[in-house]
Formats: sequence, C-alpha cells, structure tokens
Amino acid sequence: MIDSVLETNELTREFGRLTAVDRVSFAVRPGEVFGLLGPNGAGKTTTIKMLTTLLPPTSGEARVAQFDVRRQPNQARRVIGYVPQLISVDGQVTGYENLWVFARLYRIPHEEREARIREALEFMGLTAFRDVLVKNYSGGMIRRLEIAQAMMHRPHVLFMDEPTVGLDPLARDAVWAQIELLRRTYGTSVVLTTHYMEEADHLCDRVGILHRGRLVALDTPAALKASLGRVDGSLEDVFVHYAGEEVELGGAYREAGRTRRAAVRRQ
Amino acid sequence: MPPSAVSEPVVRFPADPGVGSAIRGAFGQLTTVVAYEARKLAHDPTELLLRAVQPALWLVVFGSVFTKVHAIPTGSLTYLQFLTPGILAQSVLFVAIFYGIATIRERELGIVTKFLVSPTPRVVLVGGRTLSASLRGFSQAVIVFLLALALGVTLDWSVVTVVGVFLAIILGSALFAALSMIIASLVKTQERFLGIGQLMTMPLFFASNAIYPISIMPAWLRAVTYVNPLTYLVDALRQLMIPGAGGMFPAGVDLGVLAAVALMLIWVESRLYPRMAQ
Repeated sequence: MIDSVLETNELTREFGRLTAVDRVSFAVRPGEVFGLLGPNGAGKTTTIKMLTTLLPPTSGEARVAQFDVRRQPNQARRVIGYVPQLISVDGQVTGYENLWVFARLYRIPHEEREARIREALEFMGLTAFRDVLVKNYSGGMIRRLEIAQAMMHRPHVLFMDEPTVGLDPLARDAVWAQIELLRRTYGTSVVLTTHYMEEADHLCDRVGILHRGRLVALDTPAALKASLGRVDGSLEDVFVHYAGEEVELGGAYREAGRTRRAAVRRQ
Repeated sequence: MPPSAVSEPVVRFPADPGVGSAIRGAFGQLTTVVAYEARKLAHDPTELLLRAVQPALWLVVFGSVFTKVHAIPTGSLTYLQFLTPGILAQSVLFVAIFYGIATIRERELGIVTKFLVSPTPRVVLVGGRTLSASLRGFSQAVIVFLLALALGVTLDWSVVTVVGVFLAIILGSALFAALSMIIASLVKTQERFLGIGQLMTMPLFFASNAIYPISIMPAWLRAVTYVNPLTYLVDALRQLMIPGAGGMFPAGVDLGVLAAVALMLIWVESRLYPRMAQ
C-alpha cells in the first residue's frame, strides 16, 4: 500500500526578492481531497504550478506518484490532471474534439480512445452536447468539460485551481458532486485551491492554510475547527485565526502589488 | 450517471514506455496538433476565403499594371510570371507571421497551460503548431494557382512542381510561424505583438526578391535580401513554378536553408514556449 501520491519537501519558489512559496512540506494520500487555502498572494497558485511541472522550484522537491517534478517532468505529467482557473477548453471546436485532442496527446491507446471519451462525456453529463461548439456552452458545462478533459487519462492526482469560481450555486453543487464521484469511482486524489471556506469544509478531507508562502496549518477541517477551542467555530474562523483578517484586508494591496510586480519582472 | 466499468481505485504507477514508443508517440502527438488546427479551420472557413483578397489585388491590379509598363526587368519572363511565386510567398509570410497571436490568445485563456501539463515534448507542441500554419499556406497556394490560371500566367504543372511547392510552403510557413511564436513568447500581449508584426512584414517583403529582382537593388539592400528567409522561399517557388526561370541558388539549396532556419527557430521557441504558462 502506497501511503502518499504526492509529497513535497521544503518546496520553495522565489521571484527575485519575493519568496512566493517558502519551504512548504506536505503529503497527499491516495483518494484524498486536499485543499490549499490562503488569501491572495499566499502562494497557492505558485505551489500548484510547481506541482504540475509548469514552474521549476527554486529549491526543495516535489514528487507526484514517485516522479520528481523537476527531474522527471514528462513522467510526472502522465499521472496528473490539471484544471486551471482560466478557461482551458477551446471554444472554436466541439466538446468531443476538445476531448479527442487530449486523449491523443495523453496517448490513450487507439482501441480505448472512443470508449474513454464517451465515458468522460457521460460521467460529466455532456453526452447530449458532444457535437456542440464549446463557445455555446454555459459556464458550468465548460467547467465539467474541463474536468472531463483532465480525467480521461485517469490521473493519480487531479489539480484544480479555484474549481467553482464564477459558477452559480447550481453549477457549483454539480461540480462538487462530480469531484466526490470522481474520488469514489476512480480513487483519484484531488488537490484544489479555493477562496470559499464552505467549499473547503464540504469537500476536503484535509486542508492546508498558506500564508505569505508558508504552510501555517494542516489538518482535517474538524480538527482545525476544534483547535480554536470554541464551541461553534467555523472554517472561516480558522482561516482568520491563521491568515488574519486584518492582514487580508490591510495586506492585500501590498501582497497583490508584490505578486504583480513579480509577474511583470518575469515578462 | 456513473460509468458501469468501475476501474480499481488502487494506485498503480505506470512503467516507462521506452524510446521507440516515445518516438512513435511523439509523431502521433505532432499529427494531433495539426489535425486540431484543421478541425478549427473546418468549423470556421471564412478566414480562408477572406485571405484570398490580398493576393488577388496584388496579381490583378499591381501585376497587370506593371506588366503593361515594363518598368521592372524580368528577363525572358513576363512580369506576371515573375510576380506570381512572389505573391504566393508573400501570402505564406503574411499568414504565418501573425500566427503567434493565436498563442497569445490561448495563453490568456488557460489553453497553453493545458498543453504544457500534457506529456507532450515541448518541441512537438511547437513543431505541431508551426506545421499547422502551413494548412493556411496550402489554401493560399490554391488561390494563387487559380488566379494565375485565370490571368493566363504560364506555370509548370508537373508533379515535381506540385510536390516541391507543397514542401516549400510547409517549410516557409513553419519558419515564419516559429518566428511569430518566438515574438509572442517574448512580448506576451496582443497589442505589442500586433505592433511588432506590422513592423516586420513590410521590411521582410520589400527587402526580398518577391516583387522585383535583386539585380536592380542597391548593394546594401541586396546584402539584406541574402539574410532574409523570404528570399529563399521566393527563389525556390519561382524555379519550381515558372518554366525557364533561373534562380539565385538551386531550389534544393533554398529548401535546405529554409529547413535549417525553421528547425533552429522551432528549437528556440520550444525553450521559450513553457514561459507562456509561468
């Protein structure tokens, strides 16, 4: 029995003088839904980019399904799926064609390809819309297609960056249900980032709270709530306790300024 | 509805597929990227039709007038004969040089990210995109050949010509599309890209042998044409398409130069492309 599908050890990323992710270590178990929380600029997206091989770490290491993201990026890519925050399916082609391209890029064998695409469409409730151009999809349908696309090659870890941002409550509930079903059906581990405490509370087995690049708390939502020592503490209270409400309010501008300047420098 | 075939929720780590399989896989991935572009064009072919306007203007208006006035010495060829391959090359250039804007658009969405997290070698992603540019180049070739036919331009229609033109368009498109993607990777925004694209096309076009022979150029400009890849594309196309047209270099040398430069640019861009998702 393998006890973790994802491990980071002192994972660090610097942009110039800014340390966006600062010696972060954690492990994700098979079948676990793991949430990364934190205010803007806390290092959530930078962490995900390193774990998905898009951004090389400055120091430290990360392994996905035993593959080192820096030294074995191509092997690591075969075992991960990624649903970015931005729209990642192409509006100019149909739902089916979006899936077909990635089924081939992931080298799903020819004899299995059509079945996998059919299964992914069915799983996400998009069968009726397979031949519709994606530019005519609703926001919720686009999200589901993105998840379908990220799932077809049966990744061990699925990364989702703000999976329900901008969705209406109905579409959000549908995405939540699909994430649950995904885990139950395929045993996929999910690593997601979110701003919504309710989402983290509902979906995640464990959450890590990032603050200024450091992992300041890591446990089950229940344990984190209990650790506050209050009777009816919510995850929101936990978040404020670790990330600090006044920091989020007072520090947001500076934090955003730092990240954006870093982004400009990188260009 | 959950699928009936529930796969085992046990983590199995896949074995490395080996080198032979990796090469076969890379070829499949390359054709996939090209096929994807073909699907997009099939859904919206209006762009291809609109692109017919520019070569038509050059050949019908510019070409006809300059053929009449005999202002440009083109030896044994009529001016329209001389011009036709030049306009085909120009079309290939204009189509491919703005190709990078698609990459920028895909970066503004999360599509570049999706490509980059897939287990596709970077050089295959970039190579596939640059080869995709030749699909539009082919449709331009069809248009130019039809226009030439309508204008009564004598062309060589042999198999060697058709195959050679095909190859020249692939190489020329890939070269300029790779150049375009390099610029896109560096500037990253549509506004800046458009500015630089506009700035580049005219010098590339006028500092070449596309619409006049280099023999009438001043020495300094002639030197520039020798480092302009468009010159080699025009030179190859002219020898292939026009019976009795002499070239600056043998067509095989022209194609070799185009291939070498294209490969170099693809390699450079495959190093830059991952930065689009950082």
